[in-house]
Amino acid sequence: MVSYPTRMGDGHPISMTRDQLMADIIAGSEHAADRGDIPTLDEGECDHLLGLFMNPARVVGVQPGNEIVLSHDIGTLHLTGDQANSGVGIPLSRVQAIQVHERAFAADTMELAHTDYSWKPVKPIIAMEQQELENALLSTIVPLFYGAMPNLGLYYAPDGPLGNPSDLLPKGKIKEALEAQELAVEQAVRDMVYCCGKIAEVGGDGINLDTTGAAGDADFKAALLAIEELKSKHPSTAIQVGMAGEFVLGLHGSLEYNGVRLAGLYPHQQVKLVEQAGGDIFGPVVNTDTGKSMAWNLSRAVTFVKACSEAAAIPIHVNLGMGVGGAPLFETPPIDSVSRATVAMVEIARVDGL
Amino acid sequence: MSLAHGAAAGMGGIRTAGDLVARMQLTRKMRIAEAKAYVADKLTLGVEELSDVTVMREVREDYDIGIVTSVPGCAKGIKAKMHIAELLDVNINSVNRMKERT
Repeated sequence: MVSYPTRMGDGHPISMTRDQLMADIIAGSEHAADRGDIPTLDEGECDHLLGLFMNPARVVGVQPGNEIVLSHDIGTLHLTGDQANSGVGIPLSRVQAIQVHERAFAADTMELAHTDYSWKPVKPIIAMEQQELENALLSTIVPLFYGAMPNLGLYYAPDGPLGNPSDLLPKGKIKEALEAQELAVEQAVRDMVYCCGKIAEVGGDGINLDTTGAAGDADFKAALLAIEELKSKHPSTAIQVGMAGEFVLGLHGSLEYNGVRLAGLYPHQQVKLVEQAGGDIFGPVVNTDTGKSMAWNLSRAVTFVKACSEAAAIPIHVNLGMGVGGAPLFETPPIDSVSRATVAMVEIARVDGL
Repeated sequence: MSLAHGAAAGMGGIRTAGDLVARMQLTRKMRIAEAKAYVADKLTLGVEELSDVTVMREVREDYDIGIVTSVPGCAKGIKAKMHIAELLDVNINSVNRMKERT
């Protein structure tokens, strides 16, 4: 029986028959549909996915006319950063790294970012970041974001002034854990509004609130409140929101935005709140299960993101990289899997960018 | 990995019209089809031509909106963005700031 080379969710190479591939495609889609209470992929969409996995080419691509634009979370750190940022440690200035992306890597947009990639540590050095962004804006053409994470974890002990919910909850200090998160929301909003306002002052094209929700529902709430305030003060500065995971973790559990409880929201629900807050571009995340095949994972990811794209009124730039968006959880994901995920997200999920 | 995305589905940045289409997403919240149609209309091109480097090289030279190779005399950086703001009828924050200060 003919089998086709593919991979597990950790990138390990395997072979699967046509029937095995289709069985996993259907199962992956059903898993997403069950979790998110959304439709499964239809027969034609499953066939499209199957065709991608049976395609013998090492790299696949979209049909001409279906191209999308690319945005880049962590931006310059791709080149200058260490492995923690998936960086390759090239000693370039950040302006040079932006220019390399624009002129050598065909980037449609680019992003300036601080090494720590969180708003809190950016605050004391924001003048340095403004200066670097000013230089980049003078010498480049593509739209430039400034990106960082809300990262509420930095507001809790031992890194911050507030009690750590992860320490308080096991001790039964529920009230204290909830209060710490509510206070962290206030402090994070203040820091994000301050820093992003400075970025807007020097003419940045956009802000990327990346890895939003990493510290749970309080993290997501802080991002939404910051967007509201920023858009009222700086309406011409675009705001992109990239998520941390496929659903919002309920570390608090009772936080709401516009009457909607944040804990447990999936991408098609998250995007509606980002729209209400005033966000301009949304980046959904779907996590990869390393114990399942890429056929299962990509089908599951496309099912979630298709529902998100259909629900959205704003552009969708799906997070598609190591361990998210139907790509294997591997630091340097294999190009065969990445290109298949890219095509599926564009031609089935109908995303507007990656 | 961004190179894999670019090869599989990317518009091509300033080699083509990728930066222009991206601007419409940032400034007007346009979905990809609407953004491409808007840019194609402004450039009097077909949508498929926006990703064709042989077409867009000449178009970018004609409008002086920046090209990917280094050619003396062609608009670069903020100057290219000034031309893009006029061509697309969009606000570019850094261009507005430059105009306010000169």
